[in-house]
Amino acid sequence: MSQTEAKEDKESHVDAFSENPINKNLTAEEKINFYRQMMEVRCFEERAVHSYQQGKIGGFCHTYNGQEAVAIGTISMMQSDDHIITAYRDHAHGLAVGMNMNECMAELYGKVTGCSKGKGGSMHFFAPDKNYWGGHAIVGGQIPLGAGIAFALKYKGTKGVCLCYMGDGAVNQGAFHEALNLAALWKLPVVFIIENNRYSMGTSEARSSSVSPLARRALAYDMGYDTGIGNSVYEVRVKTEQAMEKARSKNVPTLLEFDTYRYRGHSMSDPDKTYRTKDEIADYKNNQDPIMLFGSILIDEGIASEESLIDIKKESRKKAEASAKFADESPFPEIEDITKDVYWEEDNPEHKTSEGTMFFK
Amino acid sequence: MPEITYREAVNQAMAEEMDRDSDTFVMGEEVAQYDGAYKVTEGLLKRFGEKRVLDTPISECGFAGLGIGAAMMGLRPIVEFMTWSFSFVAFDQIFNNAANIRYMSGGEINIPIVFRGPGNGGVNVGATHSHTPENFYANAPGLKVICPATPYDAKGMLKTAIRDNDPVLMMENTILYNNKEEVPEEEYLIPFGKADIKKEGTDLTFIAHGKAVLTCLKAAEILEAEYEVDVEVVDLRSIRPLDEETILNSVKKTSRVIIVDENKPFCGVGAQIAYIIQEKAFDYLDAPIKRVSAVDAPQIYSMPLEQVQLPNAQRIVQAATSII
Ligand SMILES: Cc1ncc(C[n+]2csc(CCOP(=O)(O)OP(=O)(O)O)c2C)c(N)n1
Ligand SMILES: [Mg+2]
Repeated sequence: MSQTEAKEDKESHVDAFSENPINKNLTAEEKINFYRQMMEVRCFEERAVHSYQQGKIGGFCHTYNGQEAVAIGTISMMQSDDHIITAYRDHAHGLAVGMNMNECMAELYGKVTGCSKGKGGSMHFFAPDKNYWGGHAIVGGQIPLGAGIAFALKYKGTKGVCLCYMGDGAVNQGAFHEALNLAALWKLPVVFIIENNRYSMGTSEARSSSVSPLARRALAYDMGYDTGIGNSVYEVRVKTEQAMEKARSKNVPTLLEFDTYRYRGHSMSDPDKTYRTKDEIADYKNNQDPIMLFGSILIDEGIASEESLIDIKKESRKKAEASAKFADESPFPEIEDITKDVYWEEDNPEHKTSEGTMFFK
Repeated sequence: MPEITYREAVNQAMAEEMDRDSDTFVMGEEVAQYDGAYKVTEGLLKRFGEKRVLDTPISECGFAGLGIGAAMMGLRPIVEFMTWSFSFVAFDQIFNNAANIRYMSGGEINIPIVFRGPGNGGVNVGATHSHTPENFYANAPGLKVICPATPYDAKGMLKTAIRDNDPVLMMENTILYNNKEEVPEEEYLIPFGKADIKKEGTDLTFIAHGKAVLTCLKAAEILEAEYEVDVEVVDLRSIRPLDEETILNSVKKTSRVIIVDENKPFCGVGAQIAYIIQEKAFDYLDAPIKRVSAVDAPQIYSMPLEQVQLPNAQRIVQAATSII
């Protein structure tokens, strides 16, 4: 790259988003931490793919590669009273709220040391202690729950906001529309976030939705909406903050849509051969990758070097590798565990008030 | 006779009926351009075009209801659910509209629709994706429910379903899709309400539907080899209507019954069958009726545990040895 090209490139990184105080005031350490978080998500997913191919993980496993800036950017705006809920592409959100790789990888392996003791699997991560309410595998099913979390926050009088994520395909579920109307009608502090990766399984957005951009559907409920570039950590943070601020100060919900892209098939079961070209994937990877872009911003800003970023990648890989080892060495649940965690009352016999048979053969 | 997979059997049944009747069309998520999430509709778009093979948005309530409306107008939709677990989003349309409209119109309106797709556990996808709702749907008078276990049955019964003037729900199984069997080239139809004896025997009757039939056949082999017990395996094939006669004849012959069901036990299909047997063949029974069902909890994700949660040959053999 010539000197002038490099300079122009550098200038192009300075924009309203990077200059916005919420980004401008970040410490170098905080910024590098975003990079590290995105890299850890990427390495975790790649290790999970490897384990899946080894037969250590089964079922459905949806990876987040390409979308990292959305989860990391939005979740970086959370304060202690804020909560999140998402769909089944949920590993990144878990890691972003502070779940550790070991418990996440062990869950994929179906081990008792997993975040849900091997009961939920890839699509059903939960960490309520970190304000993370899952991990929901029925498309659209989490959207009314997100409104409900916001309802509870308002009811209890906390200043918290709920970030409720969904894919571009989920907006076609009835649950989406019912939840949005309720949120607008009852003024709930919720930010609905569409992670638009252009496809719902093998169906492009244009083949499944009559309205574009998807976020415009908010108008039907007299709700505010906004769209943004989902591979830019800075932009994601600014747009999220604006929506969260409205929710926090005025109990006004917003529908946010971030354009993003997934590199791998819909899940590990998708051969990914019918609905997009290899060139399309390569173009995104080579030119719009959120981790690469943020890395070059950090270098331009003078707070990281090629070498320091490579070190972060190495460390992240190591961590992911260690999580696979941990998962591999952990035990499976016991047969008796199958009927535990079904009813609170059965798990708390000292408080049991019901009589009669609960489980049948 | 050509050997075909369960997947091909379902595919052929749809293609043949679409050839036969231009009012028959297929819709569902990923059924057209993607050739089906489980490739069951492979080639149909190419053959029948976009008018008759339609990719839907992820809107089960919408397209299930749309199908019912189209059926009221005399079309014959085949609605694919990617899995039956997702049909719950459309439960109201099926349970209220498809099941009741004929009745509430005093018989004026028919609903000739087929809902089909896989509904099974055993593939390590967790509680929300592992439902087997044949008992829920069979609970509704107005709906017919079939659960074929083999390619031959799947083809013959789906063809019957498409020609049927009532709503028919066919529950398949992703684990069965690759199973192969010889299937006649010439056309055949299998009527509903006819069970099939998959193995004759004299000492003990297994009653099952869907994949559990194959598990029963495995258990029967073990019982034959290790315990010299000769088991009869009755494959219900159709849940509603139900072939009471074949069930009762087998019970009268063997006097011992085990009902095997991959569903959870409470109000499962087996509960209805056990009631019928005690009512109509009480005097023939030499032992209490036994059931082997899924362990009564939401489906666990962990792979080795789910294998134990579902009825396996071992659990069936264990139940059998307790009553012989
Ligand atoms: C009600 C329901 N229907 C169908 C499915 C199967 N399914 C799982 S993910 C998916 C595509 C969703 O796409 P999108 O909302 O864009 O999210 P993405 O996978 O791209 O993150 C489908 C059809 C499901 N899980 N739930
Ligand atoms: Mg998508």
